[in-house]
Amino acid sequence: MVTILFYLFAGLAIGGAIGVVMAKSPVGSLLFMVTTLAAMAATFVLLEAHFLAAIQIIVYAGAIMVLFLFVIMLLNLGHDYQRDLKGGAFAVLSFAIVGAISGLLAQRLGAAGSSDITAGGVAIDAAIAEHGAIGAIAQPLYTTYVVPFEITGILLLVAIVGALVLAKKEV
Amino acid sequence: MITEALVLSAILFVIGTFGFLVRRNAIIMFLCVELQLNAVNLSFVAFSRMWGIDGQIFVFFVMTVAAAEAAVGLAIIISIFRHYETVNVDSFNLLKW
Amino acid sequence: MVSGVFASLIALTQGGGQAAAEGAHFEPFLPGLVVLLPLLGFLANGILALRHGRASADAVRAGGEFNLGGPDSRPSTHTLPTWIGPGVMAGAFLITLVNFGRMLGVHLEAPVVVHYWTWMATGTFTVDAALQLDQLSMIMMMIITGVGFLIHVFSVGYMKEDPGYPRYFAYLNLFVFFMLVLVMGSSYALMFVGWEGVGLCSYLLIGFWFADREKADAGKKAFIVNRIGDVGFLIAMFLLYKAFHTVDFVPVFAEAETLAYGGALVTAITLFFFLGAVGKSAQMPLYVWLPDAMAGPTPVSALIHAATMVTAGVYLVARSSVLFALSPVASATVAGVGALTALFAATIALKQNDIKKVLAYSTVSQLGYMFVGVGVGAYAAGVFHLMTHAFFKALLFLGSGAVIHAMHHAYHSTHRHEDAQDMRNMGGLKAYMPITWATMWVATLAIAGIWPFAGFFSKDEIIWQTAAFGGAAGAPFPTLYTIYWIIALAAAMLTAFYMTRMMVMTFHGTNRTGEAEAKQLHEAPATMWIPLAVLAALSAFGGWINVPEAIQNSFLGGMGAFPMSEWLHHWLEPLTAQAHHIQEVNLGELSHSAPFGGGEVLWAVLSTVAAGVVVLLTIRTVGRQKIVSVAEDTTELTGISALLYNKYYVDEIYDRFIVQPIIEASRFCWRVVDARIIDGTVNAVGLVSKGIGWGISMFQTGSVNTYAFILTVGVLVILGASLF
Repeated sequence: MVTILFYLFAGLAIGGAIGVVMAKSPVGSLLFMVTTLAAMAATFVLLEAHFLAAIQIIVYAGAIMVLFLFVIMLLNLGHDYQRDLKGGAFAVLSFAIVGAISGLLAQRLGAAGSSDITAGGVAIDAAIAEHGAIGAIAQPLYTTYVVPFEITGILLLVAIVGALVLAKKEV
Repeated sequence: MITEALVLSAILFVIGTFGFLVRRNAIIMFLCVELQLNAVNLSFVAFSRMWGIDGQIFVFFVMTVAAAEAAVGLAIIISIFRHYETVNVDSFNLLKW
Repeated sequence: MVSGVFASLIALTQGGGQAAAEGAHFEPFLPGLVVLLPLLGFLANGILALRHGRASADAVRAGGEFNLGGPDSRPSTHTLPTWIGPGVMAGAFLITLVNFGRMLGVHLEAPVVVHYWTWMATGTFTVDAALQLDQLSMIMMMIITGVGFLIHVFSVGYMKEDPGYPRYFAYLNLFVFFMLVLVMGSSYALMFVGWEGVGLCSYLLIGFWFADREKADAGKKAFIVNRIGDVGFLIAMFLLYKAFHTVDFVPVFAEAETLAYGGALVTAITLFFFLGAVGKSAQMPLYVWLPDAMAGPTPVSALIHAATMVTAGVYLVARSSVLFALSPVASATVAGVGALTALFAATIALKQNDIKKVLAYSTVSQLGYMFVGVGVGAYAAGVFHLMTHAFFKALLFLGSGAVIHAMHHAYHSTHRHEDAQDMRNMGGLKAYMPITWATMWVATLAIAGIWPFAGFFSKDEIIWQTAAFGGAAGAPFPTLYTIYWIIALAAAMLTAFYMTRMMVMTFHGTNRTGEAEAKQLHEAPATMWIPLAVLAALSAFGGWINVPEAIQNSFLGGMGAFPMSEWLHHWLEPLTAQAHHIQEVNLGELSHSAPFGGGEVLWAVLSTVAAGVVVLLTIRTVGRQKIVSVAEDTTELTGISALLYNKYYVDEIYDRFIVQPIIEASRFCWRVVDARIIDGTVNAVGLVSKGIGWGISMFQTGSVNTYAFILTVGVLVILGASLF
């Protein structure tokens, strides 16, 4: 059952990804992207990362994608678009290089062989059982990783200020 | 299932890379970068099944960075658009030999 | 720093410091002021010259005339230098006289060193700014300030109408300052300061009329040729430091005898010092600059290129007598170079027509005599000849200056552009310039070695000492010294000839100046003839202060009636005693007879009679020759005459074998090494960088996709690399 669900969402994600690249209109790309993100959220769930799945939907698909959409609408790119795929030698070269990366990754995955849940995964299951899905991730986040967490906060603040300054018409 | 997730991650990353290379619309290129980020996120989550909760926490941070990046990046695109009236990256070739 | 210099100046003017030699009763009287006065004179005249020059430059900029010294600008540019220039010299001479008087009164055994301040201190090596007062430096000071003063006075008349009048006196004062540092410095380092300083002033004064390319080049030639010698001086000083860890005179001479007699080190030191002396004193093969140096004003030739600066080399050897006595090879070299130069320059002087060129080669020749003197260990005789030569050669130069002055005026008044220095244009000047004529004859007889004039005693002493040295039991190269002796005698005869020829061509016979010009010829003004008269008196009687012992009881020495016999010899005794002691220990007693028999008296009589005969014969033969003025002279010189007239083509040979190769090598360095290899390398580096930059800039397409592509390739390469 889980395997079938995984393949289903995996297919959805790949289809969405191809759509992102191939779609003519930016809005189309964006909607394909939302599809991919949602499918990936589902795979997160299947991988026992419930909290991340929720975040993926809320932050990524919800907030960031809407931000993209806002921008597209703001810049009035929703219509009157033309195909902007590069063609010719550059596309072929790009395809070759991407193929090379694929080959490399495939070689690596093939060399690693089949992996299965190990002690780490079991520990996560235990933590979820004890603290709940949020508690399992909150526990290390506010203890071991509290400093990076705070720095992330500052990063977001800087990003907000930076985005405001950059996007304002008159500085 | 971890192997399958990693394969999916690789496929998504490659598609994202390809899109980043061949599209000329800045916003779509940006989306492709997000796609690559997500592909990596997926592999982190998959690895967390083997090595523990740290992988998920890393994904959390990646998402934060992605949000910040999206905010700043889109702001840059807006200001470029104000200047050039387009988001086609081939139009921004001022910085060349 | 400033206060230190100020304190030193106060110390200088108060004759400060402490005498190093305890127990000496000689109390130096303001020795620093002797040096300081000419320096102050230089500063004052220099400021006047600068103001003067600036005013002229302003006038030119304003579109006016390039007027360097019209009658209107006289007050600041003429009257003040007239009093300051000779004035500081008079002051220095008077102070020197006082010191001389005090030194006469005591028997000074060791030099008195007056310390002022430490000039430089590096580790164990210190050089003090200190003046050394002893018999030798006192004689030199007397010559420099005394003769220098007379020449300054002469210059007032000679340079009166020159636009560069204040500049001239500034340079002349500066020269005297450096010359006094040279002879009064208490160490070789301080001596070198003076040595270089006088070289600089010589350069400035030779090229005084620098607007004339030829004269500016003569200055450069003097400066460059002197550099060759200066390298020798420096190396000698370094070797001296290596041997003694000091370059102060007193400790060096005290420890000198720790060096092996005739050893390689002392020979190297003395030979390198002699190289310096050869450059400065215009000996072979570095004499070529001195004849060219006649491009300067004639009083400069008298002061710098006859009386003082060129004798610095002789002073150096006399000062280092202890070192030279320790090295028979170096001493023989000194005497040999001196003898050869004496003969060589005398032969060139035979055929010269330029009055100053004759005197220049005569100076080179006489300097050769001085080197023969100091080379054969007769240091007192060398210094004696230095002194008498300063008198009669300064007189000859000043006299020729008076002649040139008159000739120049004569030609100037008729606007003819004839050579005012060529003796073929002169003749019969006796009638127009009787004082000059008389005084110059005194000098000529003195230099020719006619008894009882000064040159007789000094030159004869040198010639005799050469013979005596060669005859010593332990003399290193007896045959060589016999040859030197013969050369010296021969050169003395040549001297008598060329000097008389010069006198006859200039003053006797018929006048060849031109009819209109002859009316303009006149005797020199008082500022010019009074110095001539004083120097004539010195040239006539100056020799009697050192009548050699052997002849003082003969009729040549006044039958022993003269009380000053051998005075200079005794006066310098404390300084030469050590050298003579070394000589006596290693060589034994000097000979009392000449190589072909005969004593000192006999040879003295022979030489003076021979010189007298030469003088008389020359007056007859040259007087009978038909001499025509330059414009009409069409004589083609052939054979030996041409060789002598063209100075053995030495300048041409140097040009061909030294100057041109250096120029060619420099051109090679410039055109090939610098322009091609060095610049080529630099340009190639630049071009390659530019090319690489251009190539790499091709990646800078401005297209984001290309950048992304390259980035991806980079990632692929890194990932791929991790495979292996």
